[in-house]
Amino acid sequence: MIAARSLAKRYGEHRVFAGIDIDLRPGGFLLVTGPNGSGKTTLLRVLAGLAAPTAGSLRLPERHTVGYLGHEPLVYRELTPLENLTLFGRLYRLPERGARIGMLLERFGLWEVRHERVSTFSRGMQQRLGLCRVLLHEPSLLLLDEPYNALDAEGCELLDGVFDEHRTWVVATHEPRRVEQRATERLAFA
Amino acid sequence: MTYAADVAALARKDLLLELRAKETLPSMLLFVIAALTIFHFALPSGTSHAAALGLLWAAIIFTALLGLTRAFVAEREQGMLDALVLAPCDRSAIWLGKALAVLAFLVAAEVVALPAFAAFFSGLDGRTVAAVALADIGIASVGTLFGAMAVAGRARELLLPLLFLPMAIPIVVGGVGGYLWFLALYDAIFVVLSWAAFEYVVSET
Repeated sequence: MIAARSLAKRYGEHRVFAGIDIDLRPGGFLLVTGPNGSGKTTLLRVLAGLAAPTAGSLRLPERHTVGYLGHEPLVYRELTPLENLTLFGRLYRLPERGARIGMLLERFGLWEVRHERVSTFSRGMQQRLGLCRVLLHEPSLLLLDEPYNALDAEGCELLDGVFDEHRTWVVATHEPRRVEQRATERLAFA
Repeated sequence: MTYAADVAALARKDLLLELRAKETLPSMLLFVIAALTIFHFALPSGTSHAAALGLLWAAIIFTALLGLTRAFVAEREQGMLDALVLAPCDRSAIWLGKALAVLAFLVAAEVVALPAFAAFFSGLDGRTVAAVALADIGIASVGTLFGAMAVAGRARELLLPLLFLPMAIPIVVGGVGGYLWFLALYDAIFVVLSWAAFEYVVSET
């Protein structure tokens, strides 16, 4: 699913990371840990294809099979959940997207507020919507950056349920306790 | 067909965002009317039509710049360019959708600005209206590309004018001179260049 050899990323003189090797097979779970600013987010952006590595080789699956959730939920705040998911469903060419969108909004407890603007939501609700967006096209590889951020207890349980699905995961967090037992691979940044 | 539907969905999204936020178009309208009013009182009576026309083009370019600085606000502040770039649609569709929305805002501002110019100064001929319409296409295409570049840069507010204003000089030359063929050529070249270059602009944001 992901094969990386001697992966490195620099911004000018600043070395973010170097010498990263990853072999992640389908169904695997790569747990990326480390303190703030250690390079976890940059690694996820490289694995998502949003940033190019400075050195090393990297093999990634096709773009439409990848789902990426960054620090931000990556949804338009002045649109409603329904409008956001309809837009991305269109761009991902989802057949029968109405049913899929409805199912996800129900699952993450957002159905009742589907016509309200995201800007009126709490950060936790926005994160739930971000999870809906990232799962919308049923990606086989999910890259999640601090996915438990801002989620309440119920939201955390919903996310735990998502991790039960058979997909390939790369999860970056500085609080790994909640997902540690799921990890098949580990990468620790100092 | 799919490409056109993607472009339509993206342009519709930008128009909807503006309809909700009401930030870009009112600012552009206020700016262009204020600028034309200032020019009206600043110019001595009996000023030539050519001089007044020059001021119209200055007002249009700076109004467009105002709109362009707002064009990628949601993508910049909410990181939405990442989400759009990750979608499997052709990345040039993102540029085209945004450029169409910018074009719509420009045209809307000019629907008010051109009659105001005609009222303040020495009327308006069909050639000027045609020149403005052609210029809008070039402004929207080049400006949207530079707007996306500025999103990735550090000094965003500085970068867009620095990139856009030199590229707007040919538009002003063609507009003031009424060289429609020149403006059409500018559009043809820069629409294709911007369309093709957008992929590379957003590849490492």
